[in-house]
Amino acid sequence: MTEHQRNWLGTPPRKSATFDDATLAEIRRAAATGIYDIRGGGSKRRMPNFDDLLLLGASMSRYPLEGYREKCGTEVVIGSRFAKKPIKLSIPITISGMSFGSLSANAKEALGRGASLAGTSTTTGDGGMTPEERGQSKYLVYQYLPSRYGMNPDDLRRADAIEIVIGQGAKPGGGGMLLGQKISDRVAQMRQLPKGIDQRSACRHPDWTGADDLEVKINELREITDWEKPIYLKIGASRPYFDVQLAVKSGADAIVLDGMQGGTAATQEVFIEHVGIPLLSAIRPAVQALQDLGMHRKVQLIVSGGIRNGGDVAKALALGADAVGIGTAALVALGDNDPRWEAEYNKLGTTAGCYDDWHEGKDPAGITTQTPALMERLDPVAAGRRLANYLKVLTLEAQTLARACGKNHLHNLEPEDLVALTMEAAAMARVPLAGTNWIPGSPGF
Amino acid sequence: MPNVDLAETSVRELNAALHKLGKDTNETLWSIANPAGEHSIAVGIDAPITVNIAGNVGYFCGGMNKYANIVIDGSAGQGVGENMMSGRIHVKGDASQSAGATGRGGLLLVEGNASARCGISMKGIDIVVKGDIGHLSAFMGQNGRLVVFGEAGEALGDSIYEAHIYVRGPVASLGADCIEKEMRDEHKAELGELLKAAGEIHKVDVSEFRRYGSARKLYNFNIDNAGAY
Repeated sequence: MTEHQRNWLGTPPRKSATFDDATLAEIRRAAATGIYDIRGGGSKRRMPNFDDLLLLGASMSRYPLEGYREKCGTEVVIGSRFAKKPIKLSIPITISGMSFGSLSANAKEALGRGASLAGTSTTTGDGGMTPEERGQSKYLVYQYLPSRYGMNPDDLRRADAIEIVIGQGAKPGGGGMLLGQKISDRVAQMRQLPKGIDQRSACRHPDWTGADDLEVKINELREITDWEKPIYLKIGASRPYFDVQLAVKSGADAIVLDGMQGGTAATQEVFIEHVGIPLLSAIRPAVQALQDLGMHRKVQLIVSGGIRNGGDVAKALALGADAVGIGTAALVALGDNDPRWEAEYNKLGTTAGCYDDWHEGKDPAGITTQTPALMERLDPVAAGRRLANYLKVLTLEAQTLARACGKNHLHNLEPEDLVALTMEAAAMARVPLAGTNWIPGSPGF
Repeated sequence: MPNVDLAETSVRELNAALHKLGKDTNETLWSIANPAGEHSIAVGIDAPITVNIAGNVGYFCGGMNKYANIVIDGSAGQGVGENMMSGRIHVKGDASQSAGATGRGGLLLVEGNASARCGISMKGIDIVVKGDIGHLSAFMGQNGRLVVFGEAGEALGDSIYEAHIYVRGPVASLGADCIEKEMRDEHKAELGELLKAAGEIHKVDVSEFRRYGSARKLYNFNIDNAGAY
C-alpha cells in the first residue's frame, strides 16, 4: 500500500464506545492494585437533572410580580407535626450532614457560620458534635447514625433537631469508611476507637429493624428530649414512594430525600455511580406519597443531591419540596477545588475541579483533611462569609424565578410552572414535554 | 418516695418528671408499677436515683441512662440500656435483642438470657449476662467488657475492635477477626472486678471463663483479607 492509500483509503484507528479511555484506565488500575476505587463526592456521570426542566414564567394567562419590589417569601418551618420547638428557617436551603472527621474542624465551623448568617441550619455527621460547630450554628441538626459515634444525651438535647440517617443518595444501602490516615487523636477520641485504623460505619442501625421498630425508636428519642426536637429521617433516593410512606408512618416530622448526585466522604466508585436514582426522578413520587397520606406540607420534605443554583432550588420547590439541602456546593463555596491550589492539585495527580480523593486527607484547600498545616489554610470566618454570600445568591435567584411565575412565596411554585426539555425528564418529573401536553407515563397516553 | 402507676400515668409524664430531677435531688427512690411492656420507660435519666420497675418492660428501657440505678423486676424488650452512659441497669428476667447496644459506660446486668446482638457496637459499657447470649453479640464492639456465664451464639464478636469478651460456656462460632485469647492474670483480675460489681464474685470461678477479642487483622483494609468479609 502506498503512503497515499494509507492516509486516505485505510480505516482510521477507531476507539470503542464500550471500552472507552476511562474504562480502559479503570481496568488497568484495578489490575495493578487489586482494590476497587474509593473516592469522595457524588455521581459524576451525566444524568437527567434540573437543567432538563424549564420554568414557564408569566404571560397573558399568568400575572408576574415585580422583580425587585414585590415580596416573595422564603421562610420555612420544619418539624411542626409533633415537635414542641419546630425550626423556623429564613430560607429553604439547608446545609446537609457532613462529619467532623471527613471535614476539618475549621470547615465545620465555617459551615455553621455561613448557615447562621443566612438564617438556616447546618447538620452534624458521622463523628459527633464539635463545640466549634455547635457554637457557630444558630440551628444545628444532630445526626443519629448507625455507628452512633459520639452519641450522647447531652448533645441530643443541645441540638435543634435530630436527623435519623437511614441512608444517603451516594450509597443507599451502604455504610461508610473513614480511612486511617484521617484518624487524628481528636477524631479517634470522639469516635472511641484507636488512632490510625480504618473506621467503619455500619449500614444498619444496631437496635432497630424496619418501620415498626423505627416508630418505637423515634418515640424513645422524643421521650429523651421531652418532645421538643423535630425529628427528621434521611433516606437515599431509591424507592421514594414507599420509603416516604413508611417514614410518615414511623412518625417523622420531616424527611430528607437525597438523590444519587449527593456527595459522600468516601465510597466505592462503583457504588456512587450505580446505586440509587437521580433526585429529579425521586421528588414527585415522594410528594405523591405525602399527598396520598394527606401529609404534604405537614411532614416537610427536604431534597438534596446536586443542587447548584437558584434555578435548581426553584424547580425542586415547584415539584413539591419544602426545602433543599446542599453539601458539595457548600464545600465549593468554602473553597473546595479552588484553582488557586492548582499546582498542589497537579502534584496529587489531578486538577482543580476534579479532586475527589477526599478520603486521603491531603486536601490542599484544608477542608477534607485532619492535617494541621492544611487545616490552617481555611479561615472559618472568611469561608463562612463566602458560604453566606452563596446562600444569599441562591435565594435571590429562586425568588427572581418565582416572581416571574407570579408567586409571592417560593412555596407557591408548582409543577404547573414547569415543562421538560427531554422525554426522560418529562417522565421523571411528571411535567409535560415543552410545547406539548404530553407527560410520558401519565393516563391518557 | 414517688410511686408511679403506669396504669394511671403515661410514660411521657413519668419521663418528664424524671428529667426534672437535679443531681442533688432527695427523690432518690422511685417505684414504677404496671409497666405492662410499655416502651421507653425511664429513658434519658440524668440523676443518681434508683428506679424499681415492677414487671416487664418494652423497647429501650433505660436508654441513654446517666447515673441512675434501674432495676427491672421482669424481662426487658429490645435495646434495654441502649447507649447508656453510666449508672446500672439490672434485668431480673431475660433481655431481648440488642441489649446494651452502643452503650458507653455503666453496668448492664441480665439475670436470664440475652438475645441476638447483645452489646452490639458497645463503646465502653460493661455487660454481664448470667444466662446465654444470641448471635452476632458484641458485633463491632469498640470498648467495654461483655461477660457471659452461659453459651454464646454464632458470630460472636464479629468485626470487633477493642471490646473484651469473657464466656464461660461454649461459643457456637466466632465472627470475622474475633479470636480466642490467652486468659492472663490481668484478665482474671479484670473479670473478678466485673463479677464483684455484678455481685457474683463468690459464686463463680474466673478460671472457668475463656477470653475473646480482636485479632486486629482487619483494622486497615487489605485486599488479601477480602475473603474474611
